[in-house]
Amino acid sequence: MAEAHPVGFQWVMEAKARGATLIHVDPRFSRTSAMADLHVPIRAGSDIAFLGGLVRYVLENERYFREYVLNYTNAPVILTEEFADTEDLNGVFSGLDRERRAYDFKTWRYQGEEGWADGADGIGPEELLQVRQAARGEVHGSGGAAAHPVPDTDPTLQHPRCVFQVLKRHFARYTPEMVAQVTGVPEHVFRQVAELITQNSGPDKTTAFVYSVGWTQHTVGVQYIRTAAILQSLLGNMGRPGGGIMALRGHASIQGSTDIPTLFDLLPGYLPMPHVHSNDDLDTYVAAEKTDKGFKANTREYLVSLLKAWWGEAATADSDFCYDYLPRLTGSHGTYDTVLEQINGNCRGYFLFGQNPAVGSANARMQRLGMANLDWLVVRDMVLIESATFWQNGPEIETGELRTEDIRTEVFFLPAAAHTEKNGSFTNTQRMLQWHHQAVEPAGDARSDLWFTYHLGSRIQAKLAASSDEMDEPVQQLTWDYPVAGPLDEPDAEAVLTEINGRDRRGRPLSSYTQLKSDGSTTCGCWIYCGARAGGVNQTARRKPGREQSWVAPEWGWAWPANRRILYNRASADPDGRPWSDRKALVWWDADKGKWTGHDVPDFIADRPPSYRPPDDARGVDAISGIDPFVMQSDGKAWLFAPAGLVDGPLPAHYEPQESPLSNPLYAQQHNPVRQILEHPEDRFEPSGSQPGSEVFPYVTTTYRLTEHHTAGGMSRFLPYLAELQPAMFCEVSPELAAERGLEHMGWATIVTARAAIEARVMVTRRMTPLSLDGRRIHQIGLPWHWGPNGYTTGDAANELAHMSLDPNVHIQEVKAMTCDIRPGRRPRGPELRDLVRQYQQRAGITGQTGTEL
Amino acid sequence: MSTAADVTAAGLDPAALAGYEGHPPRMGFFTDTSVCIGCKACEVACKEWNSVPEDGLQLTGMSYDNSVSLNASTWRHVAFIEQIGHGPPDATADGAHSVDGAVDAAQPDAPRWLMASDVCKHCTEAACLDVCPTGALIRTEFGTVVVQDDICNGCGYCVPACPFGVIGRRESDGGAHKCTLCYDRLGDGLTPACAKACPTESIQFGPVDELRERAQQRVSELHENGTDSARLYLQDPGDGIGGGGAFFLLLDEPEVYGLPPDPVVTTRDLPRMWRHVATAAGGLAATAVAACLGWRGSQR
Repeated sequence: MAEAHPVGFQWVMEAKARGATLIHVDPRFSRTSAMADLHVPIRAGSDIAFLGGLVRYVLENERYFREYVLNYTNAPVILTEEFADTEDLNGVFSGLDRERRAYDFKTWRYQGEEGWADGADGIGPEELLQVRQAARGEVHGSGGAAAHPVPDTDPTLQHPRCVFQVLKRHFARYTPEMVAQVTGVPEHVFRQVAELITQNSGPDKTTAFVYSVGWTQHTVGVQYIRTAAILQSLLGNMGRPGGGIMALRGHASIQGSTDIPTLFDLLPGYLPMPHVHSNDDLDTYVAAEKTDKGFKANTREYLVSLLKAWWGEAATADSDFCYDYLPRLTGSHGTYDTVLEQINGNCRGYFLFGQNPAVGSANARMQRLGMANLDWLVVRDMVLIESATFWQNGPEIETGELRTEDIRTEVFFLPAAAHTEKNGSFTNTQRMLQWHHQAVEPAGDARSDLWFTYHLGSRIQAKLAASSDEMDEPVQQLTWDYPVAGPLDEPDAEAVLTEINGRDRRGRPLSSYTQLKSDGSTTCGCWIYCGARAGGVNQTARRKPGREQSWVAPEWGWAWPANRRILYNRASADPDGRPWSDRKALVWWDADKGKWTGHDVPDFIADRPPSYRPPDDARGVDAISGIDPFVMQSDGKAWLFAPAGLVDGPLPAHYEPQESPLSNPLYAQQHNPVRQILEHPEDRFEPSGSQPGSEVFPYVTTTYRLTEHHTAGGMSRFLPYLAELQPAMFCEVSPELAAERGLEHMGWATIVTARAAIEARVMVTRRMTPLSLDGRRIHQIGLPWHWGPNGYTTGDAANELAHMSLDPNVHIQEVKAMTCDIRPGRRPRGPELRDLVRQYQQRAGITGQTGTEL
Repeated sequence: MSTAADVTAAGLDPAALAGYEGHPPRMGFFTDTSVCIGCKACEVACKEWNSVPEDGLQLTGMSYDNSVSLNASTWRHVAFIEQIGHGPPDATADGAHSVDGAVDAAQPDAPRWLMASDVCKHCTEAACLDVCPTGALIRTEFGTVVVQDDICNGCGYCVPACPFGVIGRRESDGGAHKCTLCYDRLGDGLTPACAKACPTESIQFGPVDELRERAQQRVSELHENGTDSARLYLQDPGDGIGGGGAFFLLLDEPEVYGLPPDPVVTTRDLPRMWRHVATAAGGLAATAVAACLGWRGSQR
């Protein structure tokens, strides 16, 4: 965090100054480790084993927060007899369709559920698979499956099929000895971490987890976070001050770009994008996607208000609120699927807004091959990044694989304005929107993204104005009327925020999503952002200093939903509504006034007493009981066991990365069986574990960022003041590995995978720790991934090495744990570069089947 | 040299000595390296504000330190010192380093990665200022030491005079340059760029008197918490430079960070030297006169 998020790290330093213990678990000793009380070097790709060990430790030693677990989690819920765990099935869960490489989740549900409404009713298995692959796990994400509001439970937690007992059995094999064998963390260190975490959890104390893409960028990335969620729920660290699991994002407002998404599978506010096979009209969409209980039961209100914001007058009950104008998913259309479609010639045009896939995406070479096969490419960036010049000076030009004159892609480079040159909001990882004001006009031809999008839309609308083709109606009728001002006709960013916030029938700004209606009388561009302009005031622009307000600082920016700073904060009070302790008081039930109150905005129905129990026929918000803090979940509880929402299992299990030096010590199942593999001759995988040929790629490698540079380098490598601070691509190796491979400090090394070979200067440092696992020495190589051929400092891109085996839930690449070889000296130039890679493939016996087994 | 009025309990008052009457309090930096996270925001903010040019693209291999040292074009410099295992980090050294699992900072032999942002010390007794023949180097009303670019003739006398190697001459313009403690910002009541940018308050800016108290408090706090290696550097008005206007909390010997352990203002001995020179010169003159007289006498 100190390394990649130094500004946010000031709060960790402040916590440290106030006595917090800081533990850093990371393969390398980074700037964060330097500040930590305890640094735990770990084998990249083994965190589920580590966290799973902690879960077992908490369960076996009865260190869980019993009252919290009993009341606020699904621990007492009884599962059906059909469910089978990895313990029963040798490392996989029930429902695995081996042929289609997908799980059917039906056996994961709670006992007592009536029916199964997952939007899949009446469609065949092939279509169902397509729906699932289109990131439909998200459908049930926080909304949860349409679980029966009152499943069968056992409050004694003794029933053999209750979640608590299933959890205990599932994690029983994650012993400290096993943790050491899988992760390389010695038992005594593991126990030290376990003690520190459990001692600092409970009514009077909380422990927080902070992670970043070191957890997400794996073929089992989502399950990493799930394991932490289970642990934090058992310890009672969710919905409470100083607790939680904080996701640090890759760059500014990436939280905002999922809230109001640039993701293919989502509409604003995490409403699922309709699927061609399962969401025929508004009614079927709502029936499939809403929950019976909780705030997601109001899905119709949210979607209708969104459709009203987008299509205004045209969106009426008669026109099904223009629901049919929404595009439909036909499968997975993630960034890596898109690249394959480009290479196959199906995707012909590409917009890049501040993204540099020629350097920043896994298997960067395939990204370039895709971009070289387009009709047109629009690059909007502040500098001439590699994705704008690959046709001129890309690595494939050097190797002779591509010739500039043969590349047909017409590339448009349109300079982009910086954040100081435009108004707008950033949404940070805490869901907090902060407004930034323009300081200067953009120079030259540079324009804001808002300017570009708005004026492009206006021109398209003008071109289609006279069309009578039905297909053009969604564009013709789109509300696209933002006022413009200034010398450049810049659209008013606050007008966009106003649309996002929403209006009532008379055009007055709304203040909460609870005001949204399904009859078309309200508009709202993103239901969770409703209230960002409450009272017609830009709440996101508030900058009252912390010292002038309460410690929660509610008047600094605005956090969704409803300016709550801690989500699910009903859990900060006990079942009777009293704070668990004075020290950790956040919100509580005021019996005299008959409402919830406290330091933060209560994340609960304001006047619902803790004693409230819904009648059996209650639905929606009425079905939330007084002890259901997790109000977006279909059962109001934190999920130790996820009955739906994840396509790769209801519980996390340690699987080895796509490429690993080890055979999975925990299960016979080596990999995540349903990982998403994109097969292509330019994207070969390496053998793992005991497979022949794995010795050709004996080392683990992991990519990361340096403080001095930013992501794919567009905003740092081109700036002398940053470039001089880290002026060359390097790899980090331990003295032991350097000796083993004859690498010299500050000399050159070539790193090879089945995809590519790159060169880097060698940084020999004891900050890289070789690990001992089960008598075996494991070396890890650290690779910063900022460099590319353009800019003030240039170098090879680490992402050349990476493959396209992905997490099946969110389609993210696995760049945090791969295997490779390293050798002294620079890489070959010209065609010999590809020859070297081919030689390695041959030596390891790599074919199209390698690494693709279930 | 100084009168009683110029000397307070906190040592010499350099602004008063320079002739400022009713001057503002002496301002400076306290750099607490125990909370430095090595982000180098200070280096970048300094260059941005002061238009200091880029200083070469050289990967040094000295851990993450590619700025190497303070000089004419680097006015803040973050040192990175890896103290993990034994000896220098090269492949030929005993490579079997195995931190047995974890790195526990509470352990006396726990691996450390020291980071420290260095800067001009704005010495109470500043040799660079003493030796400047043009008056380009001045003492400001804030007690800081500043080079006036339009007066500096590039003679370079200040460069060897600095006991810390802070000041240097820039090839591109021939002039001597160093940290101004953001003199222009101070005049407007603003915090210097580096301190403003520092995310962890490792660089603290304020009146030197207050900072010295704060530093003393911080070092006691660290000692109480078991960090016995914490020590202050250049906060003592009784040291060889009369105390720094910029001083530091270090976690190891100054030499480890590339700082002189016991710096002395290089002009301290100048008066005595000049007396010797005068005596010697006087002697020579007397001899010459005597010789002259002798010669004249012999003419008679």
